[in-house]
Amino acid sequence: MATPLVVSEVAKSFTMHLRDGIRLPVVSNVSFSVKTGECVVLGGPSGIGKSSLLKMVYGNYGVDGGQILVGHEDRVIDLAAADPRTVLAVRRVTLGYVSQFLRVVPRVAAIDVVAEPLVAGGESPVTAREKAEEMLARLNLPRELWQLPPATFSGGEQQRVNIARGFITGHRILLLDEPTASLDAKNREIVVGMIEEKKRAGVALLGIFHDDDVRTQVADRIVDVSAFSPRRVAA
Amino acid sequence: MTDAPLLKARDISKFYGARIGCRNVSFDLWPGEVLAIVGESGSGKTTLLNCLATRLMPTSGTIEYRSRDGQMRDLARMGEAERRFLMRTDWGFVHQNPADGLRMTVSAGANVGERLMAVGERHYGNIRETAGDWLRRVEIGIDRIDDQPRAFSGGMRQRLQIARNLVTAPRLVFMDEPTGGLDVSVQARLLDLVRGLVHDLGLSAIVVTHDLAVARLLSHRMMVMKDGQVIEHGLTDRVLDDPREAYTQLLVSSILQV
Repeated sequence: MATPLVVSEVAKSFTMHLRDGIRLPVVSNVSFSVKTGECVVLGGPSGIGKSSLLKMVYGNYGVDGGQILVGHEDRVIDLAAADPRTVLAVRRVTLGYVSQFLRVVPRVAAIDVVAEPLVAGGESPVTAREKAEEMLARLNLPRELWQLPPATFSGGEQQRVNIARGFITGHRILLLDEPTASLDAKNREIVVGMIEEKKRAGVALLGIFHDDDVRTQVADRIVDVSAFSPRRVAA
Repeated sequence: MTDAPLLKARDISKFYGARIGCRNVSFDLWPGEVLAIVGESGSGKTTLLNCLATRLMPTSGTIEYRSRDGQMRDLARMGEAERRFLMRTDWGFVHQNPADGLRMTVSAGANVGERLMAVGERHYGNIRETAGDWLRRVEIGIDRIDDQPRAFSGGMRQRLQIARNLVTAPRLVFMDEPTGGLDVSVQARLLDLVRGLVHDLGLSAIVVTHDLAVARLLSHRMMVMKDGQVIEHGLTDRVLDDPREAYTQLLVSSILQV
């Protein structure tokens, strides 16, 4: 499939029941697609709904209308309407996500945090750990941290664990929410290299990058989210 | 995951006289899936769990379970002996208070071994070896195998209860506030352990908890209950990140940030 991700006429609003049921429109009529080997970057100012849009694609946020079509195995699945079990299967095999912050699980070592998606996909724990070691070494995470749970790591160290975990798999679609935000220049370059590799491997990437340098290096196309935002009209 | 549900609940209601325990609850549970039931005290979570696990008779509704031969069986139509056999072998039930699920005056090893004997294991050496193996898996030192759980801390008792439940390789485990009453460091250890075991053994589980962090960590899917009814149901991270119902929004916004 040449276009593994198609977002079509998606709309989303929040209803805040604790604030007298006030309705906050986030986006409407969102339509774009991502081809294999392409990195599409969501653009627009803070608060315009870029992260929300990524979460809709990943399924953390529900949508009010529209379709999110994903090529999963030999089928096309509409994630906007899929049941939880299907969403989980798509996440396990097809759709990866590197969030802005690592959600740490108490007591789980960094190396296992990174290896987990491979193990969940059926890889043997030994092979998964070897690959996790490669990823962490490449991202310059000090070896003495590998066996420790990341809860006490610095922001940049946690971010690198998070990136390693997101990039270790063979997912055909990868969502990136500011993966380079808390990294120094050297590690940022490494992540840019990893994104280039994913593109060459035919992965479809959809991301948010606030760093102009990184964005110009990786983006094939920029989708301006403010075009879908009701705030554009208000402003 | 195979493509047939392990458990099917349809319109489960339980009334205590005129009072509602739970009302019209329907869902499917799939193999390898962990379902969390959340809600505040008195919302009907435990009533529902007890109905599902046949510890309470629902006032109406049906519960079907796929037995090992692949047949869907209506639990209400099973004989008492058959149901008890299911409870002892194919199912586990982890109580909030370990004293409810353990025999406090027999040794840790016997607590685990007893369930093995219930499935026909008779060889003392094998039973002791398997029991020892399970104590290790739940991080209880082998030197404690002959101690009674009375001499154990709360966290150790809970881990022992889990070992006792999992030793027969059940396919479905019910848990009622498994981390309630434990202090946070002990809770973290237990959660990590349960998470690992569920994954390694491919267990299905239904976990009742009022702790949304526990639900986030353990479950794939969750149901939010209020006044005996399921008011919101879906993928765990969707319910927690994008709650739709007023009550769920209140619950999520009430979590204390550390």
